[in-house]
Amino acid sequence: MIIASLAFYLFAIMTVGSALMVIVARNPVHSVLFLILAFFSSAGLFVLLGAEFLAMILVIVYVGAVAVLFMFVVMMLDINFVELRQGFLEYMPIGALVAVILLVEIAMVAAAWHFAPEAPEAMAAPLATLGAGHNTEALGNLIYTKYLYLFQGAGVVLLIAMIGAIVLTHRRRPGVKRQDISEQVSRRRDQAVEMKRVEPGQGV
Amino acid sequence: MFVMLQTVFPDLSAATPEIFLFIVAMALLMVGVFAPAARAAAVVGRLALLSLVVALVMVLMQDGVKVATFENMFIVDRFAIFMKVLVLIGSALTLLMSGRFFAEMNARKFEYPVLVVLATLGMMMMISANDLIALYMGLEIQSLALYVLAAFLRDQERSTEAGLKYFVLGALSSGMLLYGASMVYGFAGTTQFAALAAVLKGGEVAPGIIVGIVFIAAGLAFKVSAVPFHMWTPDVYEGAPTPVTAFFAVAPKVAAIALFLRVMLEPFGGIAAEWRQVIVFLSVASMILGAFAAIRQNNIKRLMAYSSIGHVGYALLGLAVGTSEGIRAVLVYMAIYLTMNIGTFACILAMRRQGQYVEQIPDLAGLSKRNLPMAIIMMLLMFSLAGVPPLAGFFGKFYVFKAVMEMSALSSGWTVLAVIGVLSSVVGAFYYLRIVKVMFFDEALEPLDLPSGRELGLLMGLAGAFNLFFFPFAGPLLRAAGNAAAALF
Repeated sequence: MIIASLAFYLFAIMTVGSALMVIVARNPVHSVLFLILAFFSSAGLFVLLGAEFLAMILVIVYVGAVAVLFMFVVMMLDINFVELRQGFLEYMPIGALVAVILLVEIAMVAAAWHFAPEAPEAMAAPLATLGAGHNTEALGNLIYTKYLYLFQGAGVVLLIAMIGAIVLTHRRRPGVKRQDISEQVSRRRDQAVEMKRVEPGQGV
Repeated sequence: MFVMLQTVFPDLSAATPEIFLFIVAMALLMVGVFAPAARAAAVVGRLALLSLVVALVMVLMQDGVKVATFENMFIVDRFAIFMKVLVLIGSALTLLMSGRFFAEMNARKFEYPVLVVLATLGMMMMISANDLIALYMGLEIQSLALYVLAAFLRDQERSTEAGLKYFVLGALSSGMLLYGASMVYGFAGTTQFAALAAVLKGGEVAPGIIVGIVFIAAGLAFKVSAVPFHMWTPDVYEGAPTPVTAFFAVAPKVAAIALFLRVMLEPFGGIAAEWRQVIVFLSVASMILGAFAAIRQNNIKRLMAYSSIGHVGYALLGLAVGTSEGIRAVLVYMAIYLTMNIGTFACILAMRRQGQYVEQIPDLAGLSKRNLPMAIIMMLLMFSLAGVPPLAGFFGKFYVFKAVMEMSALSSGWTVLAVIGVLSSVVGAFYYLRIVKVMFFDEALEPLDLPSGRELGLLMGLAGAFNLFFFPFAGPLLRAAGNAAAALF
């Protein structure tokens, strides 16, 4: 028990600390690296909660794909982050105010949830059908069996988004040399070499 | 510890037309990529048209017994079949008239027919939605494809502006709809239509449910462009490429009305008294604005936008009545509306001067001398849109007002609604007749070209003939609409 709480505090402190570093680090590359650390620590928290599937997804999707994408963006775009951060302290009071309001709201929601008489019932309700197996299996059963139709529908939405992005932005630029292996390999000698009889003293 | 959960494979037979269209869309993408670039767009366009027709046949072959599948998220009944037939006809005919337009604009791409097929798939999913989440999925598939279509002529500022405007406002309306759906889910505890109907049988209704219904209605009103959620319509209709405007005016509107009817009557039918006044307001405001705002328009596409706002008002009047008579009237109205708009947009697409597309009303001046058949068909369609007997448009309005007057025995307020409807259709007649006057009595400075291509002539002829000789179609249409409406009660 004590080990579990120790692990919890370790991961929690790591998460909050690295999240803080994401916004205060001067170098944007360091920010992204701290972001990855924050993701890892929250994955640890998920494991402690018994949600191993979410933990793995967090590592694979967020660390493996999203953070790397961020890294690309940070490195490829020429953004002057020092300049962007100029007004950081100026906006601090308003940001703090919003944060306090959010905190109070969350506390109110949690309190209402805690004291409502029907809350335990409602909390137990969605868990009843998920009782079987571990949560990877339960999630799979929900997504790929119960909500199969919606899952496929979401796939169609993404397909349309891809087609749309290509239709609206892709331009075929002339004069770009592309590699076409089959054409290169199937080139014959008489297409590539031309025999010329060069008169002496005149050049080609 | 593995516990094998029993998996029940969903019954796919009810959704075969949708599955077919989805597979076709993916196959057409492949065809478009691998076909020779010069012919890809034409080939894909033809195949897409063919597959819409095949899907239409598949829908017609379904027997109309109520079947729910995919864990009750997808439902097929006579109502769904009727609406899907309308949507597929609308999509196929507008696809037919678009090929030449894009070819002449030098913007013919194979993605266009694919997007039309995917949008149609979304509309069919909307019509068959039996769950709030499924409703949202269908709506998003349809809307996302439509945003791209609106901006399809990406080198024209008007078109991209239309696409962006539609996207931003559409996203807002989706947000409202989702908010409403989450309220309903929060207070009723389910998203399934059948379960919602069981929970909401009348009596005391939680205020959260009513707020949710109002937000859902607002989101749907945006999609059917009912006042006060109509602001996007004139700009998008004007800016989008004309065949896309024709598509917008026809298929998505029919699908959104179908969704509106099903959502209001199936899950929330038991508490109709709570939402009826909202629909009445939407309907009256749309009829009045559609009639008055169109008067000052000079661009015929903008005019058709206001005209469609007005027509949605009449259709919603039938929903406000909420009886099976009223719903039957809405279905007949939408079928007739579809033919009138297809014909009118075929005429608009035939408006060209020296190879350039024109879309101002004064450009039509002197059309009767240059091209009498087209002028006569346009005149018929305008009279039909205005609701002049004995054309089809008159019967559309007639059945709606008849359903309203049947309710007036219960409360005198309904008579007022019918009077407002008749008066606004009289005002609306002014701008339809103005087009007829311009075509027949104004002198042309420079005549329009003769239409090129057979498709437009064919569509104009079909639409004109349907509207002029509505009587033989009236019986079967009324019977089919009656059966479809009965499925909702």
